[in-house]
Amino acid sequence: MPVAFTEGFTPRAKISFGLALPTGAESIAEYVDIELQRDIAVDDVDLDTLPARLSDALPNGFDVLVAIERETGAASLQEAVTSCTWQLWSTQLAAEDHRDACRLLESTELVLERERKGKRSADDVRPMLLDLRPDPTGDRLIADLVTVGRALRPGELAELAYPRIDARDVRALRTHQWIDDDGTRREVIPLPADVDASALAVLA
Amino acid sequence: MSTLWARIEPLLARVQKPARYIGCEDGAATPEADLFGRPDVVEWLLAYPDTYEIGLPNQGLQILFEILNERPDAVAERTYSPWSDMNDEMRGAGVPLFSVDHHRSAAEFDVLAFNLSSELVYTNVLNMIDLAGAPVRAADRDDDDLLVIVGGHAAFNPEPLADFIDAAVLGEGEEVVSDITEAVRNWKSAGRTDRAGFLRELSKVSGVYVPSMYAVTYEGEHIASIEPRFADVPATVDKRTVADLGEWPYPKSPIVPLTEVVHDRLSVEVFRGCTRGCRFCQAGMITRPVRERPAEQVRTMIREGLRSTGYDEVSLTSLSTADFSDIEPVVRGVLDDAQDIPGSCDTLTINLPSLRVDAFTVGLAGEVNNGRRSGLTFAPEAGSWRLRKVINKLIVEEDLYGAVESAFSQGWTRMKLYFLTGLPTETDEDTLGIVELAKNCVEIGKRHTNRASVTVSLGGFVPKPHTPFQWFGQNTEEELRRKIDLVRDAAKKAKGVNVKWHHPDASVAEGIATRGDRRVGAVIERVWREGGLFQEWGEHFDLTRWTTAMEAEGLSTEWYVYRHREEHEILPWSHLTAGLHQDFLWGDWLDALAESGVEDCRWTPCYDCGVCTGYGIEHVVASPIAPAGGSQGTGQDLDRGGEVPVALMPTRREPAMSGDGAGS
Repeated sequence: MPVAFTEGFTPRAKISFGLALPTGAESIAEYVDIELQRDIAVDDVDLDTLPARLSDALPNGFDVLVAIERETGAASLQEAVTSCTWQLWSTQLAAEDHRDACRLLESTELVLERERKGKRSADDVRPMLLDLRPDPTGDRLIADLVTVGRALRPGELAELAYPRIDARDVRALRTHQWIDDDGTRREVIPLPADVDASALAVLA
Repeated sequence: MSTLWARIEPLLARVQKPARYIGCEDGAATPEADLFGRPDVVEWLLAYPDTYEIGLPNQGLQILFEILNERPDAVAERTYSPWSDMNDEMRGAGVPLFSVDHHRSAAEFDVLAFNLSSELVYTNVLNMIDLAGAPVRAADRDDDDLLVIVGGHAAFNPEPLADFIDAAVLGEGEEVVSDITEAVRNWKSAGRTDRAGFLRELSKVSGVYVPSMYAVTYEGEHIASIEPRFADVPATVDKRTVADLGEWPYPKSPIVPLTEVVHDRLSVEVFRGCTRGCRFCQAGMITRPVRERPAEQVRTMIREGLRSTGYDEVSLTSLSTADFSDIEPVVRGVLDDAQDIPGSCDTLTINLPSLRVDAFTVGLAGEVNNGRRSGLTFAPEAGSWRLRKVINKLIVEEDLYGAVESAFSQGWTRMKLYFLTGLPTETDEDTLGIVELAKNCVEIGKRHTNRASVTVSLGGFVPKPHTPFQWFGQNTEEELRRKIDLVRDAAKKAKGVNVKWHHPDASVAEGIATRGDRRVGAVIERVWREGGLFQEWGEHFDLTRWTTAMEAEGLSTEWYVYRHREEHEILPWSHLTAGLHQDFLWGDWLDALAESGVEDCRWTPCYDCGVCTGYGIEHVVASPIAPAGGSQGTGQDLDRGGEVPVALMPTRREPAMSGDGAGS
């Protein structure tokens, strides 16, 4: 692909991933912005065949599902995505644990002591919780978390939600990344239903 | 096929850098599962006893991985030392050592083969054998247990590991892995019984040393004899050497890691062996003669490698890359080829490690690194011409200053100079000469930039087996510390000169393991059992573990590390050879003491070190003429220095002589 590069002695491809997936977390789909060289039009790269061509060049286990054109000058993924939906579960947890976890929403303040870049701080993370609910089977917790500002990581949520088990034993799956469009949220790119279903099947 | 993945995956959330354990790399020639568990297929688990980031780029391991997987009767997978956190998790969960390719238990393999690039990894070797579920001591292994084999540079003195390994391979692995595969296949097909009988057969494979087939006797601290236990076991084990590197264009499918590793770029080996003759350098002694890869093959491997990996940086590796006969046309060709590789033409960087010290080399480096001027490294190794003649690193000051002038004039502002301290005959004048050289380089730099700086990187010298310095008593920790302090103090007054140094306590442990004999094995085992993993890593190293273990085993650090050896002493590796005649090495040692250099035999008449004549091989060099702008021994006046050989410095300084900087 005719990818644009940064200037300088160590040119880097202008490729930006959205919100970094925490190490150990899983995801149905991640998004990447690729900037093309200035004199190249999107039509020149053949969007229809691009996913297959990129999949061929990627390591096993990585598949490009959909490619679309983004408007020039649109906000970066990092800026545009304002919340994510997660699923949390563990073999050590039952439906009751997930129902109990939903009561976190009843708190007006949830102080979490956490460390980042060597600094410890106590933060009220309640504003980061948009919604918590069990999934239809009851075996998983579904969480909508705000990503603007200092985000609440799924591992941190697990610490608050399931205090009796080791949070590292809780699996976390990102199912959606949402862009806020004047009050209504939409996916960065809506995934074909079959992709969604097969990804969920693999990750089950 | 049974995979441990379901038991490994839950551990990954509990450890740092979980990508170390998942495999899945692009380019990895992972074997097909239908070859597993067959009696006619030999299964190798190739192990690097350090972290994944250090081990993944290792070319030796990648080469053997491909060669074995190309064979119809072999499969190879890879494993790396789990970091201490993963080690604890695996032991806690009862998960054994596993391959990163198919995540199979080590116990499912026939051979566990380690690449030993240094000695401080020995405790990791023991730990990995133990994690693999095999008895740590070879004598305790049954017919069904793994065969433990080591290779790599440190395997040229495998005696400290003799009790833990079944065999060591001396020299290059490309051909011998096939010979070993055939031997193991025959044994396996016949039911894999009588391990001792099989090992005796294995000892007859050229280049393979089976420690249990040799008896070592002692007289006091000295070795009295090393004899084969049986008449059909060879008295001396010779190294293996590939005659023509052009026949081995590996790796053909370089592995691209999913996480950051130490050499995160394409590597193409342009030649093997070096005959510069630096007397401290074990690699230069044990890899003779020089065998260049055909220039066209180098170019093809780079072109194909860049295409398949997507890297935009390539390193042309060897022990002295600027000595490659066709270096200029190859570099131009690679830059031309990059025009045809999408994405590479503007960004390709060619990396030339182990630079020779002269202006020609700097000019070349300036052409190939795409305008980057991050820093340039030279290795004069010693601070005075006298001492450089002793170690045969024949760089005259004009060469160094010419190279430095050339670099500063082309826009570099930072220079790094590598030096060793604790070298034979080194005086304080030599040591302080390091700072003088660095100061002069900064002065040259100031003519071109006001940001000129020079970093001196100082390492304590550890004498190595199979080199002319194998008889030399290593400087004590205190003496190395004193010399480092001399340099640091002198550099404080020198603006623009910075000093970095390696901690001398690790050099002591390295000294114990490097020239140790079989008795040192108990020390290594003790250090490991006391929790001493990853001894190359500062956060895990503790010299007390080693000195305590030496005392507990009744061994003297003084005797093993600091003592000068005598000419006719039986050294622990006396029955193992890299082809160098003992009298050549001793003669070269005397020449060193007489401050007399030798020229590079690639371009000058043979002085019969023994390798080419003994093995019926010879240099493979495209050009019979020494490189342009030649230096480092080519065409120099190498008359003897002082008439009276300089005496060896006393190995232990009395406290009264230790000077101001001692003990700080």
